Order: sequence, then structure tokens, then C-alpha cells
Amino acid sequence: MKEIKFYKLAVFVNALVPLALLGWDWRRGQLGANPLDFVTRTTGTLTLVFLVLTLAVTPLRKWTGAQWLVRLRRMLGLYAFFYGSLHLLCYVWFDKWFDLAAMAEDVARRRFILVGVLAFTSMVPLAVTSTDRMIKRLGGKRWQKLHRLTYLAAAAGVFHYYLLVKADTRKPLAFAAVVAVLLGYRAYVSYTKSSAPLSLKPR
Amino acid sequence: MLIKKPDDVKSSEITDRKVYLSRRSFMRGAALLASTVATGFLYRELLSPQVEAPSPAGRAAPGPQSAAKQWGLPGEEATAYKDITTYNNFYEFGTDKYSPARRAQSLITRPWTVSVEGLVNKPKVFDLDELTRLFPPEDRIYRHRCVEGWSMVIPWLGFPLGELIKLAEPQGAAKYVAFETANDPKGRGIPQTDALSWPYVEGLRLDEALHPLATLATGIYGEALLPQNGAPVRLVVPWKYGFKGIKSVVRITLVERMPSTTWVKEVPSVYGFFSNVNPEVDVLRAQATEQRVGDWGRRRTLPFNGYAEQVAHLYDGMDLSYYV
Repeated sequence: MKEIKFYKLAVFVNALVPLALLGWDWRRGQLGANPLDFVTRTTGTLTLVFLVLTLAVTPLRKWTGAQWLVRLRRMLGLYAFFYGSLHLLCYVWFDKWFDLAAMAEDVARRRFILVGVLAFTSMVPLAVTSTDRMIKRLGGKRWQKLHRLTYLAAAAGVFHYYLLVKADTRKPLAFAAVVAVLLGYRAYVSYTKSSAPLSLKPR
Repeated sequence: MLIKKPDDVKSSEITDRKVYLSRRSFMRGAALLASTVATGFLYRELLSPQVEAPSPAGRAAPGPQSAAKQWGLPGEEATAYKDITTYNNFYEFGTDKYSPARRAQSLITRPWTVSVEGLVNKPKVFDLDELTRLFPPEDRIYRHRCVEGWSMVIPWLGFPLGELIKLAEPQGAAKYVAFETANDPKGRGIPQTDALSWPYVEGLRLDEALHPLATLATGIYGEALLPQNGAPVRLVVPWKYGFKGIKSVVRITLVERMPSTTWVKEVPSVYGFFSNVNPEVDVLRAQATEQRVGDWGRRRTLPFNGYAEQVAHLYDGMDLSYYV
């Protein structure tokens, strides 16, 4: 087995650890007085964690020079989508009991729900176009452009978290700070890239 | 001619390819195991609910699980003692549901006094023992509905708030009652987190406070209140959202104007002074249904939390979608 294959296996297994422990705790009745709420919150947090990890790949790769890191990115992104889907399922199931009308009303009336739906929706095309075949079909440039939707997903996800807490905003703000650094890094890179050739032009 | 190769490494010392590979896969297996254990610890540390509360000395959970039925309401079982005493909102001790049960044990509840003051003819500072002597606590089983969308059935031990207020003889100008939680990090062991501004303040209109359902509770399931539930004395207003039920009360003040209460001050766009349970008005989220703790599934939320018959008349002529 090659190194990269092993790293992929390690990411795959480790990313399932929270899910396994969640299931284990559920079976043993260790999720507290309100397990449904706990599962909803935890899958939401895990979605944000994996979005952050996905966004951290490029800066880390540039910083450490470890090019192979990029080969773990797809799996991290798909895990964000996976936990995001579970989070949405929790809402649809435990909070609304598949009541479509109630959900539609919720989306219309509650801003944090709307923002959450936006965050999830922006991840769907990313998951759909994650295969090698889709990358080829779209062409690298277009695929890359499309996958900048990740920025929107992360920003909207954090905003969704911020909007739903009652008073103690420390955790959402911590996530916001990390996402801001990761997105700020990209803005900085694209700014310096686009301005560098300009300065070479004769005045 | 015999050509002898120089042997700096004996062939016996060359690691066999098979051994080399198995050693490598052993190392990888170990690395995989170690990383999953580390991830597991990280998850446990950051995300797991820490449900186990330190059991306070001499206060065992009352009764077996079957006691819940005996304590319940018609058709509604009482919520398990463990759930009532571990799933709490008491922001002075942290904003996580499970942290009050762990952290509020530092609360010093003896001696404790409650001062009744303001627009009354007979202001007085009551010692807690004196209060319970004057008003022997009785069993009062009420539904408890949190604005976060969950609910419980709690067998309180308490007495009518109105009796205490009447004893102090409110003056004609008194229209509202303001309540205050202890806020004394040194003397009482209540930390000052920065989640909200302290002290926690709540309020009722005087006629609400005099309603027989408005309760000052001193116990749960026949036992003294635990710190996380607002020991030693707290307000219970069963037809209002839970945050109106101010904990660890030290001051009750009769006033002329509507008091500025903690959550209204914090998020005026979301919370209102009355905060009656109302399935038709969104507060923070849709309030039409609730998750009864211990249940699988949600149930419809009732107007005034099921106490409409007793309290709806207090709000005759008021537009309750405006007076939230």
C-alpha cells in the first residue's frame, strides 16, 4: 500500500470516529436528557469542523510544501457533506417530523433556518461534481470556479450557527474567526497575484 | 578462483522482505489505532455531553423510575429526576445544558434570605427557614416549557408567591413585581460569566404574581432543590416560558413600572416581558410544537402551556401577538 493510500484510509477511519461514538453513546443512553437535540447539534458542529478542515488544506499545503495533502481534500469535503446531510435529516426528522408545510413556513420565517438551508444547498453541487469524471467533464478551471462555493458554504454555515445561539456566541465566533482567516488567506493570495503583473506594466 | 564478496552486512542480518513489510504494516496499524484513539478523546473532550453530575452528599435520587408515574399529571408522566437535575439553563454557571449540574455545586445556599421590598407597607427580609415555616411547601406538579422547544413535567415542592406578597401589603401604586437572582461571587459562589449581564432579573405584573399558580419552589420530588435547579428558592410560573422562572431568588421588589428584565434587555427584538407560552407566536423559533424530555417525537404546544382555563382571563382585551 502506498503512503497516500494509507493517509486516505486514516482520514476515512478517523472521520467516522465521531459518528461511531455518537451511535455508541446513543445506545447506552449517554446523550443526556435530550438526545435528539444533542445529535442535531453535534452533526451540525461536525459539518463545520470538516468544512474548516477542507478549507485548511490549501494553505497548509503551501505552508508545509506537502503537496499530497490536496489528495485528502475531496474526502474531507465529502465528510462535510455527509455530516451536513445527517444534520439536515435530524432537523427534518426530529424537529419537523417530515411536515413539509411546517418546514416551508420555518424557512420563510426563521432567518437561521434559511441561512442553514443556503449553506447545505451550496454543498450539493460540490458533492455531485466531486468525481474524477465530473472534474474532466467540467474542465479544471470551471470545476475550480464552481468549487469556490465551499467559501459560501462555510461562511453561511458559521452565520447559521451564530444566529441560532441564544446569548453565548463564543463558539460561533471562534468558528467565524477560523473561517475568516482561511478565506482571508485566499483573498490575500488572489489580490497579490492579480496586482503583481500590473506593477510590471510600463507606466 | 574464488571471489569473495566483502561482507559488511551479513546476509543473516538483512531484514527479510516479508518481515520488513509486516513491520511496516504493524507500524501503520499502530498509527491508525493511535490516531483514532486521539480523535475519540478529542471528540469526548469537545463534543460529548458530560451528563454525570456529582451527586450531592445525602441526596440520593428519590424513588425508583416507577415513581415518575405516581408523580405525574393525568396522562403525563413526570420527567425523570436525573433529567430534571442534569439538563438545565442557569447561565451564571455556563451556557451548556450540562454545565450547571457540574458547576453549580459551588453555590452556597445556607444561610439564605429573601427580601421583600419596594412599594409595600411591611418590607421584610425573610430567612429561608422562616419562609417555609410561614408557608409550608406543598406538592405542585406543573408542565415546564422552555423557549428552546423542550418541555418537562416537574413535581415541584412550593408555596404560592401571592401569599408572601400579600403578607408584605402592597401599596396602591405597585403594579409590577421584580425578582433578582443572587449575584455575589465571593459570598454565594455564583461566578460571573459574561454570557449575560448580572444579576438576572425577571418580572411579573402584580395580578400575575398574585395568581395561585405562581409558585415559589423550594424542592423537586419531595427533596430540597439542587443548586442547578435554582436552590434554595426559585420562581415557577407554569404558563410562561421557563426563563421567567428566575432561580436562586434573593430580592422581590414591588414597583410601579414594568421592570427591565434580563432577556428583554439582551435581545429586545426576540423576547417580550410577558413571554406566555403561545404556540402561535414565534419566539426565537416556531413554538407550535415541543420535545417532551424523555419522549421520542414532538407534541403540540398548548396555549398558556395548558393553563389557559386558569390564566387566560388575566390577558382579556390584550393582543397577545403584540404583547409577547
